[in-house]
Amino acid sequence: MQTESIPARLPKSADEVLDLVAETGAAGRRIEVIGGGTKRCVGAPAGAAEVTLSLAGLDKVIDYAPEELVLTAQPGVRLARLEALLAERGQMLAFEPPRWTKLLRGAGEPTLGGALAANLSGPRRVRAGAARDHFLGFEAVSGRGEQFKAGGKVVKNVTGYDMMKLMAGSWGTLAVMTEVTIKVLPAPRTEATLLLFGLTDARAAEAMQLALNSPAEVSGAAHLPAFAAGRPPLKAQMPTTAIRLEGFEGSVAARADSLAMALRGFGRLDRLDAAHSRDFWAQVREVEAFAGDPRPLWRLSLPPASGWRAANLPGEVLYDWGGGLVWLLSEAEPAHVREAVRDLGGHATRMSAGVGPAFAPLEGPLAALNARVKAAFDPRGVLNPGRMGAA
Amino acid sequence: MPEAEIVARKAEIVRALRRIVPGEGVVSEPAGLVPFETDALSAYRTTPLAVALPQTTEQVADILAWCQANGVKVVPRGAGTSLSGGALPLGDGIVLGLSKLNRILEIDYANRCAVVQPGVTNLAISQAVAGAGFYYAPDPSSQVACTIGGNVAENSGGVHCLKYGLTTNNLLGCELVLMSGEVVRLGGRGLDSAGYDLLGIVTGSEGLLGIVTEVTVRILPRPSAAKALLLGFHSVEAAADTVGDIIAAGMIPAGLEMMDGPALRAAEAYVAAGYPTDAEALLIVELDGPEEECRELAGHVRALANGRGAFFVKASKSEAERLAFWAGRKAAFPALGRLAADYYCMDGTIPRRRLAEVLRKISEMSAAYGLGVANVFHAGDGNLHPLILYDADNPGELEKAEEFGADILRLCVAVGGVLTGEHGVGVEKRDLMGEMFDPTDLACQQRVKCAFDPGLLLNPGKVFPTLHRCAEMGRMHVHRGKLAFPELPRF
Repeated sequence: MQTESIPARLPKSADEVLDLVAETGAAGRRIEVIGGGTKRCVGAPAGAAEVTLSLAGLDKVIDYAPEELVLTAQPGVRLARLEALLAERGQMLAFEPPRWTKLLRGAGEPTLGGALAANLSGPRRVRAGAARDHFLGFEAVSGRGEQFKAGGKVVKNVTGYDMMKLMAGSWGTLAVMTEVTIKVLPAPRTEATLLLFGLTDARAAEAMQLALNSPAEVSGAAHLPAFAAGRPPLKAQMPTTAIRLEGFEGSVAARADSLAMALRGFGRLDRLDAAHSRDFWAQVREVEAFAGDPRPLWRLSLPPASGWRAANLPGEVLYDWGGGLVWLLSEAEPAHVREAVRDLGGHATRMSAGVGPAFAPLEGPLAALNARVKAAFDPRGVLNPGRMGAA
Repeated sequence: MPEAEIVARKAEIVRALRRIVPGEGVVSEPAGLVPFETDALSAYRTTPLAVALPQTTEQVADILAWCQANGVKVVPRGAGTSLSGGALPLGDGIVLGLSKLNRILEIDYANRCAVVQPGVTNLAISQAVAGAGFYYAPDPSSQVACTIGGNVAENSGGVHCLKYGLTTNNLLGCELVLMSGEVVRLGGRGLDSAGYDLLGIVTGSEGLLGIVTEVTVRILPRPSAAKALLLGFHSVEAAADTVGDIIAAGMIPAGLEMMDGPALRAAEAYVAAGYPTDAEALLIVELDGPEEECRELAGHVRALANGRGAFFVKASKSEAERLAFWAGRKAAFPALGRLAADYYCMDGTIPRRRLAEVLRKISEMSAAYGLGVANVFHAGDGNLHPLILYDADNPGELEKAEEFGADILRLCVAVGGVLTGEHGVGVEKRDLMGEMFDPTDLACQQRVKCAFDPGLLLNPGKVFPTLHRCAEMGRMHVHRGKLAFPELPRF
């Protein structure tokens, strides 16, 4: 695993981060950047960095203006604390960031900065987007050891390049964030889930498509194999397809009725009430059914209508995002997984520790462009060396 | 200043372009160039060397590769509806118009997306999928004319972006031609892309990073119902407080627009939308979703407005009436255009809680400059559009209007907002970038430019006050926000 023997440096201010990055870079050494450290196993080659920089000490909420839908915080603020703070005002992180602590056998507590750096999103992705879609501005220290800022602290802004998009999903390879501003949204008053049972993967894909293509404002569409659906709270013992609706009470009830009518050709239909629905989707978000399995874990991003075809790969699959996200437990050769997923118009990321690249290798001019973007921020390769492949 | 050496090579440049784009795809005679001299920021005007109107990705790639090899600057252009001068030509550069790449290539309902060429208009996408009950959500007010390629370049918004997001939140992929002529595909039909989110950085890059030759947009099922409310108030404060209350109550309306007294009276005089002309602020609140939801939320909104002293409350009872409510807002610009020879539309975003204070200060500036102003406001997301009224035939008045506009944008930044919410920086706000960003911030953005276009040939002169040579950018080192030689002018 990672450089766990080396104690992490815990800067307490943006200036300390700046000094650490500038001095370490100048000394020709490299830095592993972590938030809570819960997703360290993703793409991090062992022993590539000499210094670990943890942002867990930069954990303050700087400004929260619920009526502006804007929150500014240091990146090390724990997601759990942040979500509790938002809940007090009836708000939420609409991108529903997963923890994956059990799934990835991580220690520590997930942070807001980590969720942004990994561009996380939960089942609500189909409706509300990912972390990238809620990321309004930041301050950071680049791999060059320069302090800079981008974006703003208002919900609508096109001044200059949208650097937040580059930072989201860069896994700490471009810059170390020291302050972030995000958009927050009202939390739904209630939710309900419709369940269909015993469908084949292909038939489940049809049901999810029908729901997502309807005006019912579906905010979750997942299909679980029998062993996953057999866990509480479902205890279904057969493949189960789930559709989530969220919003105001009357609206959820009306949409559930009209959607149930539209789905009547798919056999028996059950409903989960709000409490069970919340439990269930937390499990989907955390991929709990796959936690603790020793087989390599893959996360496949695919055109939603093609997701079910990933079932042709050996192993177990679980579908979220209406089929656009496929979790795969498989002993198959990595090259075989990547090729099969590429042929379906998607790409595969290996989430469990292992040999070789975690992220889908890029080719040709696109690989060169990614490498130039990396070099624009971190020409000496100081930050998270090797984590995103060549970039 | 145009480079004389490039201008002198016009005949050779036109010949090269004609080899790549046969037939009428290259415009070079003076009369033909006139329509390309300006965009919707019509106070600025420049005649380009030539205009190329390619019909394929290969032609775009060949043009860019040739221009890169020959040091010729390229200004991309969609429909030319930019309000910030994003498509303003250069005297020593060519315009690359994407209007002939205007086909809808594929509609993929199973993956809820459409694959279109950049010259397709925004509205045409919604029209193409309307029969199946879908639409494309971002709806800039120029949607009849503006193209999706331009929307990607500007990250365009619209009145519904509070709930449905800007262009960037509604894209899945694109084909991008780099200045080198290399073609890359970013994203696809899945939701997460591989590598860095280059689609995200290209969106809103104002044509500085590459030419988009194909776009995959998300399409959404059309909500089953929509209802609009008109709320009239005696003060801007009461209207602003109502907006805050609506959001605090957990509602994100599909549209949440405000017009001040001068704007709403001009609109009413122009289209008779039924607005209360004795109001000092008017809110239009649109709710969409299932019928039950629209009804329930309309009741909540009405109660909140009454609590803030609304003296006029009217809910649409039919689709025709809903559209009539919007007709005044959508006609606000031409309506104000009747009050003065010219108007200048600004586009800052502010924290909404500072609205009343900002409008008061704008009104003071209006008196000081002796120029009228009216305000329309995307109230939900704090995006303010003050329209400055002036007459370009009065010597010095255009300059005065521009100074007034710059003061308004400085004010937006001073209260914690930004220079532009949806119109882009372009040439218009370029020299104000220093109000928001320090030299290091701008250097980081410019290095991204260098990663895409190291020769700085693509749409130079937009967004950044000064473009430094890329080699220079690499060497520049800033520690603690201080340059090594702070006395040297750099930006």
